[in-house]
Amino acid sequence: MSLTRKDVEHVASLARLGLSADELDMLQDQLSSILGHIEVLNQLDTEAIPPTAQVIQLENVLRPDEVRPSLPQETVVTMAPETRDGFIAVAAVMGGNDDGGAT
Amino acid sequence: MTLPADLTLMTAAEARSLLDNREISSVELTRAYLERIEEVEPAIHSYLHVMTDVALTQASDADRRIEEGDIDLLTGVPIALKDILCTIDAPTTAASKILEGYVSPYDARVVARLRDQGAVFLGKTNTDEFAMGSSTENSAYGQTHNPWDTSRVPGGSSGGSAAAIAAREAPVSLGSDTGGSVRQPAGFCGIVGLKPTYGRVSRYGLLPFASSLDQIGPFARTVEDAAIVLRSIAGKDPMDSTSVPVEVPDYLANLRQDLNGVRIGFAPQYTVSGMEPGVEAAVKVAIKQLEDLGAEIVEVSLPHTEYALATYYITAPAEASANLARYDGVRYGNRVEGDNLIDTYLQTRGRGFGPEVKRRIMLGTHALSSGYYDAYYVKAQKVRTLIKQDFDVAFQSCDVIVAPTSPTIAFEAGSRTSDPYQMYLADIFTIPANMAGIPGISVPCGFSDGMPVGLQFLGRAFDESRLLGVAHAYEQAAGWYHKLPEIPAT
Repeated sequence: MSLTRKDVEHVASLARLGLSADELDMLQDQLSSILGHIEVLNQLDTEAIPPTAQVIQLENVLRPDEVRPSLPQETVVTMAPETRDGFIAVAAVMGGNDDGGAT
Repeated sequence: MTLPADLTLMTAAEARSLLDNREISSVELTRAYLERIEEVEPAIHSYLHVMTDVALTQASDADRRIEEGDIDLLTGVPIALKDILCTIDAPTTAASKILEGYVSPYDARVVARLRDQGAVFLGKTNTDEFAMGSSTENSAYGQTHNPWDTSRVPGGSSGGSAAAIAAREAPVSLGSDTGGSVRQPAGFCGIVGLKPTYGRVSRYGLLPFASSLDQIGPFARTVEDAAIVLRSIAGKDPMDSTSVPVEVPDYLANLRQDLNGVRIGFAPQYTVSGMEPGVEAAVKVAIKQLEDLGAEIVEVSLPHTEYALATYYITAPAEASANLARYDGVRYGNRVEGDNLIDTYLQTRGRGFGPEVKRRIMLGTHALSSGYYDAYYVKAQKVRTLIKQDFDVAFQSCDVIVAPTSPTIAFEAGSRTSDPYQMYLADIFTIPANMAGIPGISVPCGFSDGMPVGLQFLGRAFDESRLLGVAHAYEQAAGWYHKLPEIPAT
């Protein structure tokens, strides 16, 4: 199947990828071509076949809910772009502006 | 054994015995590799980060342990690590700009296991960005060159770890294999590469690409060395709930196997049009050799092989699009400040990721998006069932399957970068094992146009012992592992 420019823009927005006009053009062509190759799967009747999400037979791997030592806070925050008082600083997600936050 | 003129000519097993007999020290061995790295890196570029100081400290600690008789399989043996495995004492970038300079606060489980054993870390090796690629050309930090012909690619994504072995810049190394990223570069570089069964090795601290497919595996010059490394890193880990609590056998004790009566399957689906005649010929000779060694060659059918590539290019990007959502410039990695939070996300990810990673995030996001989920993602999961069933049936009539590792030899750098689908075809023979979760190994089986050809063996889940035994018997009889590339001076 081929994707429209609008489709590609929609997917980029879902994926939170800021793409240039050139990138969007290129991806429109390339993704359409790759999806064309993927259509080969439609040759198979899979109506009665169960899906496989993972191949190992383990289910519900549980552990006791016990307090255990973890990485020290000061170590974990070292790699964050912005920290304050030993915490990771994040932009305001509510209130500040119209489209910048969670709803 | 006698001391070789150049210590980098030894296998890890040979180095082990010389270290144990105090004929060499780990510091001497490590220095020999660091000098070799300095000599050939300008031509090869296997490493993104050489850990000189760490390695020399670890080597001298290892010498003390050996002196005290506290010796494990890899104590004092140098090893290179794909730069997608977290290390506390060197950057972990996944060859991406988005993680430039990132140092993990913890070691990957495999790294911790090697560290506890007293292994010596030579450095972090180049890869396609986030392990997405088949040539190592998608690295944000320059491409790696094939030691047999520097105008060609080393394969990928673990191209740096593979080239490092062929160029004698490390005796053993670790890579990760999601669709062939250990076996394919091993084939292209004329060395051994093993993808263990999904769940055999903990993925804790392996930056995730496609979580239901990723598996860490070793590169080495010989099957014996690959067995040593697997034994060192395998086993259940409470930090990875998909690692499986099954016993890790003594692969070394089981290595020498007689091929008499072993049933080796060959599937006609592993001969495709467009396959290089030199590859086909080398594989044919290898199969005859296996027969001469006493193996029984049986024809098996893997009818859904032709659908594996399409299945993979839905499943892997879908999982990747979810996994890579974490790189948002908030908790770690680079941030590009935007006008608001969403804009910061868009700019951080738009500038931080390279073209192939963006392509796969887009493909995966599309496959998972509302209205397409059933047609793509669920469809691929159903075909995955069929691919797995093919192997279940085939392994009822054979013990291992033999196949080419790749349809071609290493291609020229730049020759496939403009057409993503051409690049994807390089993994056509390696992807099915990841979809089924089974182990696979590539060993050298000759040359075509002066470039190495890889022979792949696939085994039953958790039957690495049989796989290693068959690969070892073939390798010792064929003897290709003695051939090493001459690297031109730069």
